[in-house]
Amino acid sequence: MRHDHLISAAQLSRSDVEAVLDRAGEIADDLAAYRDSRPGLVLGLCFFEPSTRTKMSFDAAAKRLGGSTIDMGSVESSSVTKGESLADTVRVIEGYADALVLRHPSEGAAKLASDFVDVPLINAGDGAGQHPSQTLLDLYTIREENGLDDLTVGIMGDLKYGRTVHSLAAALANFEVSQHFISPESLRLPRSVRFDLHEAGAQVREHTELEPVLSELDVLYVTRIQRERFPDESEYRAVAGEYQIDADTLAAGRDDLTVMHPLPRVDEIAPDVDETDHARYFQQAHNGVPVRMALLEMLLENHGGIS
Amino acid sequence: MSDHQLRVSKIRNGTVIDHIAAGQALNVLAILGIDGSEGYGLSIAMNVSSGRLGRKDILKIEDRELSQSEVDVLSLIAPEATINIVRDFEVIEKNRVERPDRVSGLLSCPNHNCITNADEPVETAFEVISDGVRCNYCGTIIHEDIADHLAVE
Ligand SMILES: [Zn+2]
Repeated sequence: MRHDHLISAAQLSRSDVEAVLDRAGEIADDLAAYRDSRPGLVLGLCFFEPSTRTKMSFDAAAKRLGGSTIDMGSVESSSVTKGESLADTVRVIEGYADALVLRHPSEGAAKLASDFVDVPLINAGDGAGQHPSQTLLDLYTIREENGLDDLTVGIMGDLKYGRTVHSLAAALANFEVSQHFISPESLRLPRSVRFDLHEAGAQVREHTELEPVLSELDVLYVTRIQRERFPDESEYRAVAGEYQIDADTLAAGRDDLTVMHPLPRVDEIAPDVDETDHARYFQQAHNGVPVRMALLEMLLENHGGIS
Repeated sequence: MSDHQLRVSKIRNGTVIDHIAAGQALNVLAILGIDGSEGYGLSIAMNVSSGRLGRKDILKIEDRELSQSEVDVLSLIAPEATINIVRDFEVIEKNRVERPDRVSGLLSCPNHNCITNADEPVETAFEVISDGVRCNYCGTIIHEDIADHLAVE
């Protein structure tokens, strides 16, 4: 992988993805061997939006490599509330850390921040934009279960604002994957994502219901439909039920169907799915640590190591 | 005498922008930041018949030539336009506009949640794609009505 920063899944070629997943696999197989591979690493966690899991996952990754992390504290208590620009904030924190991880509520924030820093920067979610490190762990999980070619993947839920969806769709376009998108009409993929998939020559179909495609799927990737996206409660209730799955729903799917979710879930996957062989969302979350370890190692190698 | 020659007389010095898509002449003026108060002699012909476009607009601006960045944005809303530089009643240069690969600082991003709409020290940048233009930061595509997003006043 030859990149200074990881901003968008669209920048990753097939071989980039494979290189990260291969390295993550080596790490996962022998975590102890990597325990001190990056002593002295200081990772700056710049979270302008609350996130427990992604932040902890990067924190764990840095520490498992023998490094440590620094963070800004809560957004409310930081200088952000004093009106400091993002460009200034990252330029300051760059001086404290060997690499930065950025979560920000605005689309394009990571791209902008990367224009101002020299240390590697990883986009850990920019508004409704992208979340490429999540995508790498999603792909890792899919590859372990199903491989990454000759695959039919269904992605369901809030496709309009779901950054994990936008990143995953872009990355899957590198592989022989037929992509099915299942959402309410009002939460369809944004034009820009559809444009990229079209340009990449991806096989894409869009649906408003799961039922007609469920039996074809190798993977069903579920995301949460957020109540606050709908102008009124009744509109939300009218669609939300369509996109909830339980063990009965999955009876119509293939026996080896893999069900994934970036978590946290609310009620889009019923607890009875957890007990089935389909559920893979907790394993998926666990895979975040070796994948992020691999990513950090590779970006730091590109950057010439730790100063 | 052709139809549009009757309406619009020749100019001595300046720029004639021909083959503007019908109805876009006022947007072209907006791009150029011209509202009449500058004192340039200005002729506007709208919806005149054209062999190539069916209907087209024509602008004649006296004593004003265009910068490259103006031509770049012009190309986005008037891709068929020809730009004629006139000196002493003679067309001394005739250019088709070319779509640039990228336009910077000229359009604002329609995505209100885009970081370029926050108070950050960057210019907007848009990549020109087959489908319109696309924000370099958030990826939003402006597909039509590009003129509505001009950052010029
Ligand atoms: Zn934008």
